[in-house]
Amino acid sequence: MKQLFVGLTGNEAVATAFKQARPHVAPAFPITPQTEMMHKFADFVADGEVETEMILVESEHSAMSAAVGASATGARVFTATSSAGFALMWEVVYIAANLRLPICMPVVNRALSGNINIHNDHSDAMGGRDAGWIHLWCENTQEAYDSALMCWRIAEHAGVRLPVMINYDGFIISHTSESLNILPDEDAWKFIGPKDVGAGYSLLDVENPITVGPLDLTDYYFEHKTSQIEAINNSPEHIAAIFKEFSALSGRTYDFIEEYRTDDAEIIIVALGSTAGTAKVVIDMYREKGVKIGLVKIRVFRPFPVDVLRKALGKAKVVGVMDKSVTFGGFGGPVFNEIRSAMYGTANPPKIHDWIYGLGGRDTDIAQIESLIDQLQAIAGGSEAEDINMLGVRL
Amino acid sequence: MSNIPTKDLHTGGIITDAGNTSDFKTGDWRSDVPQWVEENCTHCMFCWIYCPDSAVMLDTSDEKTKMTGFVFEHCKGCGICAQHCPPAKKGKAAIVMVRDEK
Ligand code: SF4
Ligand code: SF4
Repeated sequence: MKQLFVGLTGNEAVATAFKQARPHVAPAFPITPQTEMMHKFADFVADGEVETEMILVESEHSAMSAAVGASATGARVFTATSSAGFALMWEVVYIAANLRLPICMPVVNRALSGNINIHNDHSDAMGGRDAGWIHLWCENTQEAYDSALMCWRIAEHAGVRLPVMINYDGFIISHTSESLNILPDEDAWKFIGPKDVGAGYSLLDVENPITVGPLDLTDYYFEHKTSQIEAINNSPEHIAAIFKEFSALSGRTYDFIEEYRTDDAEIIIVALGSTAGTAKVVIDMYREKGVKIGLVKIRVFRPFPVDVLRKALGKAKVVGVMDKSVTFGGFGGPVFNEIRSAMYGTANPPKIHDWIYGLGGRDTDIAQIESLIDQLQAIAGGSEAEDINMLGVRL
Repeated sequence: MSNIPTKDLHTGGIITDAGNTSDFKTGDWRSDVPQWVEENCTHCMFCWIYCPDSAVMLDTSDEKTKMTGFVFEHCKGCGICAQHCPPAKKGKAAIVMVRDEK
């Protein structure tokens, strides 16, 4: 297969992947910085490049409601959102997961209001981390494109049947043109394949009528939650197989995490999204100076890859977790929470500290990551440090 | 309380047996109750259409379907049937709401 080497923004790349997936229905409502993704997709529809029923709705709550209704008929469905839009669809985001509907949704990560801010951090998606969706996180345009192809296979897999969120950083990825390799339409279609519309039940099947989303009180709610827990806990083996298949097809390796120069690393930074790219550059600079430092980038945050992370971080002395969102009054950011908890009780766990950074799109430049690494080196050398720290803010 | 375990539930908690509301007795918390006045009834079926539950009984054995009364296991006493009963407008109500004294 010959891939096409092109220049696209993250939003254009994701719209292209979705066009190649030939979805049946796409409810759309604009919000910065996601809007351009739906614009581009609407262009494809208007130009006759894909036959998708676009539903223009009046809010994100309606967008997710329309997606749920359409998906319950058996259709392949996506919508997209950011920030406050994601917050507005909250109620129905949980319902989509509970109903086990394989909806795919880019969340083009943006800070939550207030004050109002259109730039990138992870507080939108992290707020929804417990909604029951699978979370994929992307470092760059290439990963956003690839994730927007793989998400269909994951969501619609008979052993998974869960909605999938594709997270990529607002503006940094969504609006920045990067070169990337895309699959020719036929090859992408060969990989994704048509949705098995006949599988399972459909709202439109009048011969086999069903009720979707009934009242669920003390007698069954707990059992239904348990089946959701089991579904997401059983998903890793299927996700791994799909990653493997796509890696072989595309030549780009995908896994639950990416390890960068961690083999002999005494200090490991953990990050999600575009920050991982900047961190790699700074790690190279420190490696030149002989510092044994590496990076673990989390690609799948839900289901949380506990075992792989234990293996990857277990050999380090110090781990610096970067959280681009905050849990007010909580014990550190959500990534730190999970990592500390996962490492507790393992033999000789590393020292694990948290840095809250980049809120509201505060630029995370090389100097900031240098400062982080300097602090991590001091901790490795025996200095005391706070559990939770701030990076790049005026105190 | 039913006892189907998690492993036997339908994916997504859907219900596949149509009309199973009739298995659930939901008429135990009303304060008013409809009384049928048979001689005023024209068997127009308005009450059957408007009833939000399945509390109006019909006899469909004849060519002409007949209203035959209420299933109180399902009736919530909302009074919608009485509101829509056409003979009531002519002062000959075929459904009268009364206090449900248990
Ligand atoms: S009172 Fe309400 S629930 Fe009872 S029969 Fe009339 S319409 Fe149905
Ligand atoms: S609405 Fe009144 S008249 Fe019509 S069937 Fe019911 S009780 Fe009889």
